[in-house]
Amino acid sequence: MAKHYGRGIAAVNYPTGMNLGGDPTQALIFCQPTGGFSVKLASTDLGQGLKTVIAQIAAEALGVPFDSVIVDTGDTDSAPHCMGTFASRATHRVGNAVIMAANEARKALLDVAAEEMEAAPEDLVLENGEIYVKGAPERKTNVFNVALAAHFKYGKTISGRGIYLKQKSSLDPETGACDPDSTEAHATTVAEVEVDDETGEIKVLRLASAYEVGRQINPEMVKGQIVSGAVMGMSHALMETVFPYYPALDHHTYSFGEYIIPTALDIPEIESVVLEYPSSNGPYGVKGVGEMTANSPIPAIVNAIYDAVGVWVTDLPVTPEKVLRALEEKSLETH
Amino acid sequence: MESITVTFKLNGKTTAVAIEPLESLRTVLREHLHLHATKAGCGQGGCGSCTVLVNGEPVLSCLMLAALADGQEITTLEGIGTPQHMHPLQAAFFDRFAAQCGYCSPGMIMAAKALLDKNPHPNRAEIAEALAGNLCRCTGYVTILDAIEDVVTQMQEA
Repeated sequence: MAKHYGRGIAAVNYPTGMNLGGDPTQALIFCQPTGGFSVKLASTDLGQGLKTVIAQIAAEALGVPFDSVIVDTGDTDSAPHCMGTFASRATHRVGNAVIMAANEARKALLDVAAEEMEAAPEDLVLENGEIYVKGAPERKTNVFNVALAAHFKYGKTISGRGIYLKQKSSLDPETGACDPDSTEAHATTVAEVEVDDETGEIKVLRLASAYEVGRQINPEMVKGQIVSGAVMGMSHALMETVFPYYPALDHHTYSFGEYIIPTALDIPEIESVVLEYPSSNGPYGVKGVGEMTANSPIPAIVNAIYDAVGVWVTDLPVTPEKVLRALEEKSLETH
Repeated sequence: MESITVTFKLNGKTTAVAIEPLESLRTVLREHLHLHATKAGCGQGGCGSCTVLVNGEPVLSCLMLAALADGQEITTLEGIGTPQHMHPLQAAFFDRFAAQCGYCSPGMIMAAKALLDKNPHPNRAEIAEALAGNLCRCTGYVTILDAIEDVVTQMQEA
């Protein structure tokens, strides 16, 4: 009777977006007389930070400070249509739509500025909310002044419309091939576990991962997705089930008393490395990072359990009971 | 059932409220007093998102009858900081990105405050132990533990 150490590895490709029937998202941007910009989306921030990264993308594309952008994620009563936050698609789809809308709004802004400054719009530079004539930086104004002039002097709107559409891709009738996603992110996880052959308990000691995520818009939030995904993956691998004896419905879990998820006491050592190979079609090279972070830890842990005690338990979650039954079966086979 | 009046000290202020006798403290805080920082999670004492302090002790307000709060001292998240003057724990959660959806954060912060009020220099394992009754689905806890450790360090340096 002993505790056995094991190490396992697993790698995944993870698609960004889907295209069943086409996958569009729209965005609207408009400028208030204050020089502040509102971004109107029907997309949803689940807590992963969509509003923050979209404000960063909009600020970058408009040429204004981050603080002057407000992202309002309402619904389709107050904003144009979005397919939703799923398939690790939101930053990619919404970001692209927002860049398109920002470009139109920026052009409208510079047209008013050109009139106000008696310069050609293509000669104007807009950076961090300041506007000046290329080669003559003393001829300058700012977004606030231009927004005021647009509203109260010229009667013009400063706004932009954006959409990103991933076209529908039908299956090739001969080969079954299709173009199912926009780009793919990649992940590899190494898991280290300790398996007790007397109790069947599994302790995850360490999860070390490398993630290739295109370009990071907000590295701290990418790290947040990675760390939380590692813990959620561990949870799927070892703990979570509604029907522990499915298809039998016995011991159905009704509350957090039986439906076990990790607590602050269950966290392994987590290490991660982020690699950036920008995608050709994401906003600034983005790929989706959200969901894959919970995927690679699961097979890595299952492989580590095999490495530790020589049994494959592929029915999730890998509970102590399943480990003990597999060990018993193995010992009967060898005797 | 006839309503009864309970009187307690809420975030430093004497508060009297008419309640139904079987209402939970959480219901009274959220629905009678409109203090929504205290979250309604599982309603079974399993998630910790409704944690408040009663006489300085962390209590699951979904399991405590509001009638039992009579004469007690109650502290909710609203009582420890404001957006302009954040409690050091709130500031540390902000700086460390220790929230994603944020639903567990008020309970986490109140549980952490109860710990630090008793033990200003806990190690990471003691912090994790104190938060073990508070579930978080989004963060994986790491940033939450980092944030609380930051406050411990600040208190040591102060």
